[in-house]
Amino acid sequence: MALLETTHRDFANVSKIIGRHGKGQQELVPILQEVQAEYRYLPEEILSHISTAMGIPPATVYGVATFYAQFSLEPKGKYVIRVCDGTACHVRHSMPIYEAIRKKTGLRGKRITSADGLFTVETVACVGACGLAPVITINDEVYAQMTPEAAEMIIDALMNREVNPVETH
Amino acid sequence: MKRISSREELLDYARQCEARMKAVGRRVLICVGTGCLANGADEVLREFERLGADVAAITKGGCDGFCEAGPLVRIVPDNVLYVKVKASDVPAIVERTLKQGEAIEELLYHHPVTNEAYHGEAEIPFYSSQTRVTLCNCGIIDPDELDQYIARDGYKALARAVCDLTPDDVVEEILDSGLRGRGGGGFPTGRKWMFARTAPGDVKYVVCNGDEGDPGAFMDRAVMEGDPHRVLEGLAIAGRAIGASHGYIYVRAEYPMAVGRLKRAVEQCRRVGLLGERILGTNFSFDVTIKEGAGAFVCGEETALLASIEGKRGMPKPRPPFPAQEGLFGKPTVINNVETLATVPSIILRGPAWFQSIGVEGSPGTKTFAITGQVANTGLIEIPTGKTLREVVYDIGGGIRGGGEFKAAQIGGPSGSCLPTELLDIKLDYDSLTRAGAMMGSGGLVIMDSGTCMVEVARFFMSFAQKESCGKCVPCREGTHRMLEILEKIVGGTATMDDLHILETLASVVKESSLCGLGRTAPNPVMATMKYFMDEYVAHIVEKRCPAGVCKALKRYEISESKCRGCTRCAQACPVGAISGEVRQVHVIDVAKCTRCGACVATCKFKAIAAV
Repeated sequence: MALLETTHRDFANVSKIIGRHGKGQQELVPILQEVQAEYRYLPEEILSHISTAMGIPPATVYGVATFYAQFSLEPKGKYVIRVCDGTACHVRHSMPIYEAIRKKTGLRGKRITSADGLFTVETVACVGACGLAPVITINDEVYAQMTPEAAEMIIDALMNREVNPVETH
Repeated sequence: MKRISSREELLDYARQCEARMKAVGRRVLICVGTGCLANGADEVLREFERLGADVAAITKGGCDGFCEAGPLVRIVPDNVLYVKVKASDVPAIVERTLKQGEAIEELLYHHPVTNEAYHGEAEIPFYSSQTRVTLCNCGIIDPDELDQYIARDGYKALARAVCDLTPDDVVEEILDSGLRGRGGGGFPTGRKWMFARTAPGDVKYVVCNGDEGDPGAFMDRAVMEGDPHRVLEGLAIAGRAIGASHGYIYVRAEYPMAVGRLKRAVEQCRRVGLLGERILGTNFSFDVTIKEGAGAFVCGEETALLASIEGKRGMPKPRPPFPAQEGLFGKPTVINNVETLATVPSIILRGPAWFQSIGVEGSPGTKTFAITGQVANTGLIEIPTGKTLREVVYDIGGGIRGGGEFKAAQIGGPSGSCLPTELLDIKLDYDSLTRAGAMMGSGGLVIMDSGTCMVEVARFFMSFAQKESCGKCVPCREGTHRMLEILEKIVGGTATMDDLHILETLASVVKESSLCGLGRTAPNPVMATMKYFMDEYVAHIVEKRCPAGVCKALKRYEISESKCRGCTRCAQACPVGAISGEVRQVHVIDVAKCTRCGACVATCKFKAIAAV
């Protein structure tokens, strides 16, 4: 099965990451970070594999993976949009931007990733660009002094890039 | 570059670096802090490299603090500062300023009120009211260049600490300087070091806390990004003082650029021997590991931070034992904030008496603040302790944005307090703030005007604390949840005065009985807003009215009869059909149907619809 094949290759990859870091528990967070950077999330079977390979109980690995906001146990979109809702952004009205982006990407209820897998929309407590509030980040790039309209335009541009990749550089 | 293996070699190399810096003549510094980068500083930099490289040295600089006016371009030694520079401005700057020595009026900073143009930073009030110690290199040097740091006395303090001073002397000097922890608590740094120095054990650790999690604060970020070597030097000196040979810098995950710059700085130091075995030919060995956080506010708490470095869930532990006795991997550990450590090299170099001469007695030195919110000049500032809030808001901050009225300053983030108009003349130092029932906090200063609802601000911080509560102790886990529920009822217009009393009781219970700093300080914003803005709470509960017009559930939109032209745009825009009216007749909103989405306000061309 195709799924199984990928998984085997994945395990080899993960073993390489663990090999680079060593098996001490203090390496668990950096290892999970690298794994997530590669897959955009932490697949469950890989967490079990990490647990066995590092000799750390699965509950501990799972506990760490669920404790930190950076880790996701579900696949994230190609573009991870974070709307900063730090104090400075909040008092300069970040929530209407968040709502506009969710609407634009078709997110309802508790969903944070769009059905086409393109966009994940979340809030972040502060990205430390308070001087430029309100800000959003898309895949860690900061967009300053946002408005709902500007955010919609940026998402339009990203959607266009997906449909028509030739037009962009 | 070859290894620097003695103090003489360092001083000699510093002279070479200095001479090389001077020989360059004219230099263009482009700020590449996060703020300026987000506004297109990288394009400006590339354009200068393409067009101006043969007439001046093109250098990138770290965050200079004046984020509001970015991207910033500074030309030295001409003392010219250009603001909001676009890539398309670069050809003119190269032609007119670099080649002909003429300043371009439009690109200079103009006073927001008088519209007077300022040439260089020395005259701009935003800069001239500051005293820069910790930030002295930020924006002046290229953070990726070790040579530039060395040219400005870099690592000379470390040289003094390892060659001239015993570890006890180092501790003594920091004690005498009166330096207090800049992360918020204000604990004397020298005493922390002394505890760890005298704790038994061969293996000890020093940890730099770069988990700057307070929303609205970015001082540590600016230092780590703009002057990473200063942080490393401070950490190494701390290591020398307590007898540690390994240090960690814990940086929050949201600061990828800081991580990159610090890692690069560590590599540079290892290459020349400023980190590693037998530094400067002495028997002091020290190395540093950069640890990335993974997104948990509670990890700013020191015991939680240590747990996180150890690869565990970042949950706090009861103290004692304090980290100075039993910290990282069970060994004596000193944890200092970024700003604290970045201040250390200056103290070792210039002496405790010099440091004591700045600011007020009891909390000497300078403090950085991230000043944001509804203020004209947002950005990063450094002032001697004891300056008043009024000076910060009006002299440096340039007053309230859009000419509004000052209502309150939120200081210290989710663990902090708020300072209302009557406290505008309060001195910003540890003791004055504590006396007023507030706290210095890490330095986030969010300015709020009459358009900010203080109850909603309290709800905002409580929601933050509740989300970030790690769940280990009951008072914090449950208490923040219940407090948030009540605050949500208040802003939603369904609370009673009884709820307010429960909120008050809960606040003191959570404050008294939580395990760590997060829970113990989480009620602070609620308590402070209740103290100074009780009338707003009462207005929400009794009159079902939000005085600032912010809380959505209490908003009521009305169409002004005199302004409405009956164009029907609002009726078409209303998603729930709550607006009715004939063409060219005054329209009316059905309050029962209205969901207060504000779509009608946005669409009205005649500004006839307003929230009341």
